Amino acid sequence: MPSSLKMISSRWDLTDGHTLAKYRETGGYEALRKSLAMEPEAVVEEVKGANLLGRGGAGFPCGTKWGFLPKDVFPRYLVVNGDESEPGTYKDRLLMEKDPHQLIEGVLIAAWAIRAKQAFIYIRGEMALAHERLASALNEAYAAGIVGKNVMGTDWSMDVIFHFGAGAYIVGEETALIESLEGNRGMPRLKPPFFPAVKGLYMQPTVVNNVETLANLPWIMNNGAAAFTAIGDPKAPGTRLFALSGHVNNPGVFEVDFGTTTFRELFESPLYGNGIREGRKVKAFIPGGVSAPWFFEEHLDMPLHPANVGAAGSMLGSGAIVVMDETTDMVKAAWRIVKFFSKESCGKCSPCREGTNWLEKIYKRMLDGHGRPADIDLLMDVADNISPGLAWPPRQTTICPLGPSAASPIASSVRRFRDEYEAYVAHATPSLVGTPVQLMQTSRVA
Amino acid sequence: MSDTTIDTPVAPPKTTLTVTLDGRTGEANPGELLIAYAERMGTYIPRFCWHPRMREVGMCRMCLVEIDGPRGPSLQPACMIPVAEGMKVSTESPVVKKAQDGVLEFLLVNHPLDCPVCDKGGECPLQDQTLTFGPGESRFVEEKRHYEKPIAISDLVYLDRERCILCDRCTRFSKEVAGDPLIHFMSRGNQTEVNTFPDDPFSSYFSGNVVQICPVGALTAKPYRFTARPWDLDQVESTCTSCAVGCRVVVQSSGDRITRYQGVDSDDVNWGWLCDKGRFDFEAISSSGRFTHPMVRKEKGGIATQSTWFDALERTASVFRNTPADQVGVIGGARLTNEDAYAWAKLLKGFLRIDNVDAQLGDGLGAQFIVGTPQATITEAANASVVILLGPDLKEELPILFLRLRDAATNKKVPMVEISPKGTGMSRYVRQSLVHRAGEAPVLVSALVSALTTPADRQLAGVEADLINAAAQTINAALASGKGNGKVVIVAGRTSLAESASSIEEAVHALLAKFGAAASVLGAPRRANVRGALDMGLAPGMLPGRVSLAQGLDWFRSHWGNVPQMPGRDTLAMLKAAAAGEIKALVLLGADPLSDVPDAQLVAAAFAKVDHVIALDTFENASTGFASVILPAAGYAEKAGTTTNLEGRVSRLVPKVNAPGIARPDWMIAVELAVRLGHDIGFESVEEITAEIARVAPSHIGLDLSAPGAVDGVVVPLATIVADVPVAEASVGDVPVAGESAESAEIEIADDTPAVISVPPLVVSVAPKPSVVPQPDSYSLRLVSGHLLYDAGTIVSNSPSLAKLAPAASVHLNPGEIERHGLKAGQQVRVLSQRTSIELPVVENVQVARGSAFVAFGQLGGAAQALIDLDELAASGMIKVRLETVEARP
Repeated sequence: MPSSLKMISSRWDLTDGHTLAKYRETGGYEALRKSLAMEPEAVVEEVKGANLLGRGGAGFPCGTKWGFLPKDVFPRYLVVNGDESEPGTYKDRLLMEKDPHQLIEGVLIAAWAIRAKQAFIYIRGEMALAHERLASALNEAYAAGIVGKNVMGTDWSMDVIFHFGAGAYIVGEETALIESLEGNRGMPRLKPPFFPAVKGLYMQPTVVNNVETLANLPWIMNNGAAAFTAIGDPKAPGTRLFALSGHVNNPGVFEVDFGTTTFRELFESPLYGNGIREGRKVKAFIPGGVSAPWFFEEHLDMPLHPANVGAAGSMLGSGAIVVMDETTDMVKAAWRIVKFFSKESCGKCSPCREGTNWLEKIYKRMLDGHGRPADIDLLMDVADNISPGLAWPPRQTTICPLGPSAASPIASSVRRFRDEYEAYVAHATPSLVGTPVQLMQTSRVA
Repeated sequence: MSDTTIDTPVAPPKTTLTVTLDGRTGEANPGELLIAYAERMGTYIPRFCWHPRMREVGMCRMCLVEIDGPRGPSLQPACMIPVAEGMKVSTESPVVKKAQDGVLEFLLVNHPLDCPVCDKGGECPLQDQTLTFGPGESRFVEEKRHYEKPIAISDLVYLDRERCILCDRCTRFSKEVAGDPLIHFMSRGNQTEVNTFPDDPFSSYFSGNVVQICPVGALTAKPYRFTARPWDLDQVESTCTSCAVGCRVVVQSSGDRITRYQGVDSDDVNWGWLCDKGRFDFEAISSSGRFTHPMVRKEKGGIATQSTWFDALERTASVFRNTPADQVGVIGGARLTNEDAYAWAKLLKGFLRIDNVDAQLGDGLGAQFIVGTPQATITEAANASVVILLGPDLKEELPILFLRLRDAATNKKVPMVEISPKGTGMSRYVRQSLVHRAGEAPVLVSALVSALTTPADRQLAGVEADLINAAAQTINAALASGKGNGKVVIVAGRTSLAESASSIEEAVHALLAKFGAAASVLGAPRRANVRGALDMGLAPGMLPGRVSLAQGLDWFRSHWGNVPQMPGRDTLAMLKAAAAGEIKALVLLGADPLSDVPDAQLVAAAFAKVDHVIALDTFENASTGFASVILPAAGYAEKAGTTTNLEGRVSRLVPKVNAPGIARPDWMIAVELAVRLGHDIGFESVEEITAEIARVAPSHIGLDLSAPGAVDGVVVPLATIVADVPVAEASVGDVPVAGESAESAEIEIADDTPAVISVPPLVVSVAPKPSVVPQPDSYSLRLVSGHLLYDAGTIVSNSPSLAKLAPAASVHLNPGEIERHGLKAGQQVRVLSQRTSIELPVVENVQVARGSAFVAFGQLGGAAQALIDLDELAASGMIKVRLETVEARP
C-alpha cells in the first residue's frame, strides 16, 4: 500500500538535514549511544532479528552477513559500498547528500557490532555534493568526538576513511571495490576463495555493506527489531528506497513499505510516480537496475518483494526501476543497456570483455540498417556464451555478474519483442562495411 | 590481487582427497588445483592464463569445468579451484564444451588471425587449442580491434596488442616474479591493452621470459623474430653456461645455427625462467668474433696468421717440452666443461707436473674455500630459516638465483640479512641490508655475531648499532621460530672486487663458527663452470674431486702415475711471477686476464715479460692479442660434456651445432698434446672422461647422469657417497670449522689398480688469517666494484642485441656525496687512485653509501680494472679514490 512513512528519508525535506546540529535535534546519534551500551553481539542479534535485507542488490540479510566473519581474526574491516553507478540508480546518492550523519551513525553501529576499528566509505567519484556533505559531516563528527578516539566517551576508538572512486561501474561489485581500495585496478576477484568475509580488504575479514542498508541501522537500534519487522512484509521488512525513472510523470526516489507495495502503486500513486506520461500504457519495465531481466504489464500487480520478483525471473537489485511506455523502441532500449555494460566491462574475463563488445557491435549494425536475419539468434547465442542458459538466477562464464547482466536485456527483449528485431533486419541492406580502420591509440615506441 | 598477503600453500599433504573427474575416481592432494590434478590424471584442461609458477587469476575462462555443488553443477575455472573431498567434476559435458567453444570464439573475435606471418604460428597455444577445442569458423563479421603493431616495449621485446588475449601472464610475471612492474593493463573493457608507461620501458633483466610464456604471438623477441618457423627447429635440452646458476634450457637450432633458448622448468634450479643475457647470448655463438682456425703469431707484437692444427699443436708442445714445470702458468678453465677441465688437469698435473694452474682470475674466493665449505643448494637456501647474503649483487651477476631468493623472501617470507659494501637488487627484499664501509665485512660480521647475544652499542664498519641489532634480532627470531628448514644459508661471493677475497672468507668463517652444523654456504661465483673447474683440480694445490695435492697424492699417483711436486701459484701470484720473469710461459684456458683480473696493469706487465702466451679460446679478446699460439676451441652448444653450477650440481651439456671452422673441444686439444708429449692420457671420448671422473674424482665417485631422476643434474658429492668418503681434519690452520673427521673407508676400485688405496678425504676450508682492516680516511672515497649483467665481456660484446644494452663506464655516487663534492649527475669527473686516474661521468645512485664510489667492473674502457692495485689492496684492505672536477672542454 502507498504509505508516507519515512524511516530513512525523514530528513530529506529539511534544508539543513545534513548538519550535525539538525541531526542531533532530530534524534541523531542516540542509536549509537544505545548500541555502545550494548555488547556488540547483542547489536548483531538485534539486526539479525530485524531481518534487514541488504539494499545493494543481492538482498542478503545484513545480520547473517556479519555472522560470516571468522571469529577472533583481527583486524577486520567494514567497507561501505557507496559506488552507486548502475543507470537509473540514485538512492544512495540522496542518502549521502541529504542525511550524511545517518550513514555515519549506521557505519559506527555496524563497526561496533563487528568489532572493526576502521571503516572505509567508497563513494562514486562523480558524486561531488555527496563528497562534500559526507566530508563535512565526518569532520563535524570527529570534532564532536563521535568518530575517532574514544567514540562518544567510551574506550572504543574507530576511524572512518573516505575513498573516492574514479568512475568505474564495476567497483560497485564488492571484490572489485576491495581491489580498488587497495590501489589496484578495479577488477573482481573470484569467490571462492576471495569471499570478503574471509579474505577481503588486505586479505583480512571484511564486511561490505551498502549505504542504504547501514542507513537503516539507527532506526532499528532506536526502535527495536520488532518495530522494524512490523513494517512491510515480514520476509522483507522495513521500507525501501526505489529510484523510479523513465516514462512516469513524477520520477524520483521514493521510500515505500517493502514487500507490500506493488509496482502499479509505485508507478501510479500520486505519492510516487503519479502515472505513465501522457496516459500511455506500460510496455515493459526494469524492476531492479538495468542488469535485471525485464517485466511487462502482467507483472504490474506484483508486490515489490524480492521473493515474488525472484520467482518471476528477475530481481529488485539496486532498487532502480525504469519504466518504458508503449512508444519505446525495444531494440534501441536493449542496445543502450548492452552498450553501457560493454563500456563498463573491466576487461578481466574474456567472455565479458569480448562478448559484450561484440553484442554491442551487432546491435549497432542492426540499428544502422545492416542487420541479417541470423543476427537475432546470434545475439542470443553470444549472450548464452556469457550466461549459459539465459536463465534466472543467471549462470555465468565470467567471474562477476557484469557480463551476464548484458545478457538480461537481450534475452528479455528478444523473447518478448522478436517482431521488433525482425522488423529491423527485414529492411536492412546486407552491407557489412563497418567503420574505416582506425588505430585506437598511437603508442610511443620505447 | 594484493601483492603481499596470499599464502602460498606449503604444508605437505598428509592425506589424499577423493575426486571424481569425468566419472573416474582418483586421489588428489589437498591444496592441489583442479587443473593440475586433471593434468596429472591425464586430462588436459585447456588454459591460457594459468601458469604453474605464478598466481592464478582465472581471467581467460578457458578452463571452465562443471563442478557438482549443492545447487547443481556450476561452471568454475579449474585453475582457481582447489580440489575438495568428494568433488565431482565434468570436463566434457555439453555445457562445458559450449562454454569452451564460446570462450575460444571470444578470444578470436578480435584476434588478427595473422598466423601465417606470426612467429608463434606452429607452437601457439591459441592456435593449438582452437584446433582441438574450438569452433571451425567465426561468426564475427565486424571490424576487429586495431592497434599500431608491433611496438617495442623494451630493447629486446616487441608487443603486438592485436594478437594479445589479455591473459595477464606477462604483467603478472613482471610484477610477481621479476619484481619489475613495468608492463601493465591500461584502459578498460574492450580497450584494455598491455603497455608500458611513457618513458618507462620494460627494461627488465628478465624480459625474455614474457615472450616464452605468452600464449599467443603478442610478445616476440627481437633476436628471434622472423628467423625460423617452429616446425623447422631442432632442439636439445642442455644447461646454460652464461653464469654459474646453471639454468636448464632447450637449445633450438635451424640449419646448424642456434636460433633460440627456452627455459626449462627445473624444480631445483630455474623454474622455467632465464635471464635476458642467458636467453639472448646465443647470438655470440655464430658471431664473426669466433676463432675458426689455429693462429700463430711469429713475433711478439706481430700479426697472428692462420695456421694448421699440426703446426699450432707442435708449437704448443714444444713450449711445454722446453719450459720447466714451475715456469709454466696456466690460467682459466671456467669456460670448459668438466671433461675438458679434467683432461687438462690430468695433462698438466698428472703428466707435466705443473701446478701453477688456476681456473679463477683473482676475482673469486679461494679454491679451498669454495670447494671446502659445507654446501647448500638453491632450494635449501630458498627454504632456509634465515639467509645471510654476503656476496655480489645477485640481480647483476646471478639473475636466476636472484629470482629464486626474491621468491623466497617475498612469497615464502624467508628472513634475509644482507651484508654488502653497496646496496644490491636484493636490498629491497631483505629484512636488513647492512651496507658497510668497503673492506670491513669481517668487522661487521663479528659485530653481528656478538649482537646475537649482546646488543651492539656503537656504530661499526659504518653501520649503525640499531641496524646491527635489528639484523641480529631477525636472525635470532628466525632461528627461534622453527620456520623453514632450520638452516642458516650464507650466500658467499666477492661483494666487491676492490676488497680482498680473504675478508669475505674470514667473515663467512666467523658465521660458520657461530652457527655450526646449521650453517651452510651457497657459493656465488660469477663464471659458469668455475665450480666444475675447481672440482676438477684446476687450482693450485688441488686435484680432481675436491682433494688437496697433499692428501690426494697416493690416490692420484695410483691413477695417473704422477702428480706435481709441490703446490703452485694462483693467478695473481703467477702474474706477479711472470712479471718478475720467473714464469716464462702462460697458457690461457679460455681466459682473458687482461679484461677480468682486477689489476690490468699487472697483467700487461706479465704479458710483456713472458716468452710465450698460448691461448685456447672461442673468441678474440684483449688477451688473445698477446698470444703466440691461438688454439680455436669449440664453445657452448658445440660440444658434449657436463657442467657444475654454483650449488655443485652436475648437469649435461648437449651439442646442437657444429663448431665453426676446424675448432675443437678443449679436451681433445689436451689429448692431442698428451700424444705429442709422449703420454697416453687414457681416453678418447667425452663418455670415457665422464666415466673416469666418476671413478677417480673422490667427490664425484658414483656420479651417473643417466640414472632416473638425474635429468636436471645431480648435486655432488652424492649423499650416499659422502658417508663413505672421509673428511679429514684441516691440514693447515688451527680450528677445523665444519665437517668432522671420519674413518677412512676402503673403496675397492674395479680396475687394475695394484693395491687398494683409500679414497682421499675432501678438502675442508679453514679460516684465513685476519685481513687488514682499512683505516678511516675522510679525505678519500673507498672504491667498490662489481659486475653488471651487461658488460664489455666477450659474450655480450659479440651478441649485438645485448651489446647495446651495456652501459658506458661511469662512477656511481651517493646523492649526498655528489652534493658534498659540489658535483652534478652526468658531470665528468676525474677519479684518481694511487696508481692512475681516469675520467668518468657521475651517476647518482642511492645504493652506494656515502664515502664510497662504485665503478662497475668490466665495462667499456676498463676503468675499474685500471684503478685497482692489488698491492694496495693487500696492504690497506681497500682501494682509495679521490674525485677531481674536470674543466669543461671547449
